[in-house]
Amino acid sequence: MTRQIAHHLPDAMLRGYCAGTLPEAFDLVVASHISLCDECRARMHAFDAVGGALLDQADEAELSEDSLAATFRLIEGIDVEKAKAEETPPPATSGVLPAPLRSYVGGDLDAVSWKRVGGGVSQAILPVEGDASVRLLRIPGGVEVPDHSHSGSEMTLVLAGAFSDAAGRFGPGDVEMADDDVTHTPIAEPGEDCICLAATEAPLRFSGLLPRLAQKVMRI
Amino acid sequence: MISAEQTRPPAWIAEMKAIRDLRDQAAFASLFEYFAPRVKAYLIKSGSAPDMAEEVTQDVMATVWRKAEQFDPARASVSTWVYTIARNRRIDIVRRNRRPEPEDLPWGPEAEPAQDEELALQQDAERLSEALQALPEKQRVLVERAYFGELTHSQIAEETGLPLGTIKSRIRLALDRLRHEMREETG
Repeated sequence: MTRQIAHHLPDAMLRGYCAGTLPEAFDLVVASHISLCDECRARMHAFDAVGGALLDQADEAELSEDSLAATFRLIEGIDVEKAKAEETPPPATSGVLPAPLRSYVGGDLDAVSWKRVGGGVSQAILPVEGDASVRLLRIPGGVEVPDHSHSGSEMTLVLAGAFSDAAGRFGPGDVEMADDDVTHTPIAEPGEDCICLAATEAPLRFSGLLPRLAQKVMRI
Repeated sequence: MISAEQTRPPAWIAEMKAIRDLRDQAAFASLFEYFAPRVKAYLIKSGSAPDMAEEVTQDVMATVWRKAEQFDPARASVSTWVYTIARNRRIDIVRRNRRPEPEDLPWGPEAEPAQDEELALQQDAERLSEALQALPEKQRVLVERAYFGELTHSQIAEETGLPLGTIKSRIRLALDRLRHEMREETG
């Protein structure tokens, strides 16, 4: 992949993904970024390896008496074809959405059911469990996203187009982390629509009355 | 000069290949004897009831057998691979959706991974284990909790009575130390 990625996953997010402690919404953004970024893929392997090293040094719990025999019985009962279909990692494709995201959307970008949220901006909330939410955003070129601050961290991955805010320019593959104390105003670059995937730890708070009303309607 | 360290074969690779190529039950039994109690301990530490942990451990080990052909020694040590299977199973039990996985890298023209790549990766994994063991107890415990305890930063603080900021910086310090030792070892 030849894209230039300038903003990578922070260590804490990558470690949380590898430790299996992130909410599903953030897992999805991390897996989508790694699909586009070889550097973070290599870092993921390193954090996985810490898990492996810890397993080596773990205590040994006592197994039930027929544990091994029960496992062999499980192995005999496996439907090999079904198991294969379930466990093969998604293959790479050439669409806009990386494979892990496509399985949530049910296809590539043309399968997304967008809902208008005002100012030309559209979004699609994806179904996940846990304390965080995740949504796709489509911001027309040149458009500004309303001023907002967070009551939790927000992680945004750019999939197409680009936006800029006080922290810099974010193009395809780039990830921006915004902490709860940041109020920022991202502006999409003129030209093609900016498509982003954003996970939010807790509901967003918009500054100003109208945006706050909009927030109720938008569920963001 | 070749040290004993360098000539020792990487752990469990031979057994994995015997399982993959020969469906060797004896090789699986020794792999099971080593990993199953550790996987079960990991699941219990992560909050699983012992009965549930036993069931899931058997399931994880059956998956090790079933997915043996997907094991790639140029990408991961056997311990790391087993860890990722156990972690994913733990997540899949509590969620409706499977854990989001990155898309697979397209295979290059050379299907067979180079032997030296495989060896280099396996040695890195062993160095990482040694570096982890060499960490001061306090730091090692924090790294372990971050992976095994399913504790958030604030939960770790509750358990140890340490304020959040200290916890965050200690985990960071632990990882920095790890990275530093890795660099010294490889440099």
